[in-house]
Amino acid sequence: METSVDNDLITRPDLTTGRVIASTKIQEDVKGIKRVKRSHRQIRAENVFRRTLVIVALTMVVLVLGIMLTLVVQSIPSIKSAGLGFLWGKTWDPVKDVFGVYPFLLGTILTSFMALIISIPFSFAVGIFLGEYYPKGWVSNILKNTVELIAAVPSVIYGFWGLAVLVPLVRGFETKIGVDPVGLGIFTSSLILAVMIIPYAASLGRSMIQMVPSNLKEAAYSLGATRWEVIRSVILPYTRSGLFAGIMLSLGRALGETMAVTMVIGNTSLIPKNIFSPGNTMASVIANEFTEADHPVYLSALIELGLVLFVVTVVINMIGKRLIKGFSNE
Amino acid sequence: MESTIVKSINYNAYFGDNHVVKNVNIEIPKNNVIAVMGPSGCGKTTFLRGINRMHELIPGATAKGQIMLNNEDVMEMHPIFVRLKIGMVFQRPNPFPNLSIYDNVIAGYKLNGIKLPKAEKDRIVEHSLTRVALWNEVKDSLTKKGSFLSGGQQQRLCIARAVAMEPEVLLFDEPTSALDPISTSTVETLFHELKKNYTLIIVTHNMQQAARVSDKTAFFYMGELVEYDDTKKMFTNPTDIRTQNYITGRFS
Amino acid sequence: MNNTLVKYRIGKSIGFQALTILLSVACVLPLIFILVYIIQAGITKINWHFITNLPKPVGEIGGGIANALVGSIIIIACASLMAVPFGILCGIYLSENKTSKLAYWSRLCVDILQGVPSIVIGIIAYFWLVKPLGGFSALSGSVALGIMMLPIIVRSTEETLKLLPDTLREAAFALGLPFHRVILKVIVPCGISGILSGVMLSIARITGETAPLLFTAFGNPYLSTNVLKPMQSLPLLIFNYATSPYNEWHDLAWGASCILLIWVLLLNIFTKLITRKWKVQL
Repeated sequence: METSVDNDLITRPDLTTGRVIASTKIQEDVKGIKRVKRSHRQIRAENVFRRTLVIVALTMVVLVLGIMLTLVVQSIPSIKSAGLGFLWGKTWDPVKDVFGVYPFLLGTILTSFMALIISIPFSFAVGIFLGEYYPKGWVSNILKNTVELIAAVPSVIYGFWGLAVLVPLVRGFETKIGVDPVGLGIFTSSLILAVMIIPYAASLGRSMIQMVPSNLKEAAYSLGATRWEVIRSVILPYTRSGLFAGIMLSLGRALGETMAVTMVIGNTSLIPKNIFSPGNTMASVIANEFTEADHPVYLSALIELGLVLFVVTVVINMIGKRLIKGFSNE
Repeated sequence: MESTIVKSINYNAYFGDNHVVKNVNIEIPKNNVIAVMGPSGCGKTTFLRGINRMHELIPGATAKGQIMLNNEDVMEMHPIFVRLKIGMVFQRPNPFPNLSIYDNVIAGYKLNGIKLPKAEKDRIVEHSLTRVALWNEVKDSLTKKGSFLSGGQQQRLCIARAVAMEPEVLLFDEPTSALDPISTSTVETLFHELKKNYTLIIVTHNMQQAARVSDKTAFFYMGELVEYDDTKKMFTNPTDIRTQNYITGRFS
Repeated sequence: MNNTLVKYRIGKSIGFQALTILLSVACVLPLIFILVYIIQAGITKINWHFITNLPKPVGEIGGGIANALVGSIIIIACASLMAVPFGILCGIYLSENKTSKLAYWSRLCVDILQGVPSIVIGIIAYFWLVKPLGGFSALSGSVALGIMMLPIIVRSTEETLKLLPDTLREAAFALGLPFHRVILKVIVPCGISGILSGVMLSIARITGETAPLLFTAFGNPYLSTNVLKPMQSLPLLIFNYATSPYNEWHDLAWGASCILLIWVLLLNIFTKLITRKWKVQL
């Protein structure tokens, strides 16, 4: 390896050994002073930056605390007047200042759970399809992107389509089975909700299933198991908590969904008689009546409903997230 | 008599309560290649990283004592100043993947916001790449990103990046352990040239490498500096029994 | 193990696979049906007149959605301006401080925020901005949407930066770079594709959101660019007009739905392309 002689170098004798050293150090010394001045500024900027990051993280905490505080404070008038009867009161009559939300709790539970039950077979099918049968390739890409698209479509569009297409269909169906042909109702809402929440359990299920270690599957195969048997006895048990977490996330999404449900559920405060009756969910009643709430207790009752909705959805989501964290730590 | 450029005085390093470098006193002469050897976990890398204040970047890591660079105590200076004078090359080549080769060499200036005229930048890039014997290989692809370079070339790029800052000391943390034998020997030849302008401190696992490239060798064991002497003497006639055991392979 | 039993088991396995494929395909059908229907119903209503005119009162034909288009763009832009820097900085903090107490609580709060229903966020924005300012405003709508964007941006920034190798940081520090330059000049540029995809996904998400705007931006039959006054947005318009009893307004809603759908789909596709193009080869 040859050394190249650089003509730009300045040579000077080293003052201690007398050896001639070629170096650019003299030019560098001037640059060095510039560098030192600049570094002083940078040290101050460094501290400002660090402090900014801390402030931002702190603000996030303050934000969430503020949200909870606002909900609680604004619910106080309603809590004072109705008390715990709020939750199981069967009548919601703003005119008479009677605020019982049982009909809405019922509506929410009915729509969400029905939607879950309808969507789970499809979510799991997609999860197993993408996680086990076709994890790679163009088929996989198409399905994966399409399912992601389902989650991307705005809920107001689902609602509008539901109003225009699904409601008449359901009305026809109801005439056939001899029920009040309204079209709008819990059943229709559940159908739309079911389509909307498929992607959540599906994508989580897919990642969980892909994480199953292949040596476990190979052990089963080597004992002569068929593919279905490997799925049933190795993959599904292994991913059990992950799949349950997926269901929790889908449920959380269903509970909080507002627009599509509001547009097809019928918006009535009466207790639904059967699944084909119109009704209301917690979210849809807030959406419909918030701007019409003309006196403080009315508004406060709606906020209290919002508080209940908040607590329920956050709890369900946190359960789902904890399960996922537990799974990835294994 | 060679002048001392780096001198540690009672240097101790900790990870939390774990005392990993114990009371190291060492004087490193200028324009020498010093090899730092020892079995895994002996504290050699921790000591090296203490010299340019990289040790404290790890959460919970602390250090005590003094490390003198010429006449200034590195432990009293702000780390940024230290790192402008003491450069480091790591075990795995780590050129910045989003910068071209040219920008990688002057990254120390560019990323620090130091503006230089183009002629000056060109000069630094050519000079540094020549110093690491990489100029002829990459001079036509300076604007490309460095991902097409081999491991050895990437490591030399990293050395060029450190050299471009004109430091006084260059620290190497097992610089060839991730390289193939041919790249290793290319880099080792570089050490010989580099020491004309810089002082090199090289942590190495490879005893043969230490014997090949270094003027003096320091042997660490269980956090302590056990022996420090001219390489030739260390390898032929070590004073401490632990050094002897290590060199003869009793433990590694 | 006799032959018929094995054959039966194999048959069952194939049957299950067929069932899985069937259900998966069946999933996709409603979506395709919805997309086709919306595009069919809406595409005929879209023309230059539609995009540049305001909605006409009931009974008059014609009219357009210009106020909603402009309003959507303004509200989204304001929300992004607020949420993007904030979210990225928070994500940087979380990726740099894995174990501190503040990081734990901050991460927890981001998780909580992700699960909050959009209508509840609308309620919050109402009390924080609409009441104090004395009326509905685009600004309050932007704040509500901005809050919804935060968890997505923070998570994707944190996850992207966590994936970057430590050697990158070390190399930058060893060159004497101060902390803020290590982050802003080295770490963030290397992770830009992941960060950007998070930002774009959050924008795609809020483009279609209606609930938080119901009592914040509220809607406006006129074209307004004043962020302190009520403003119309595309999803709001669709909701109001679709649920109205007037056929002319239904037509407007179909055209608007078609535009909104295409807009959201394009954003999603664009995100995927950008992520691939800007990915830095480590």
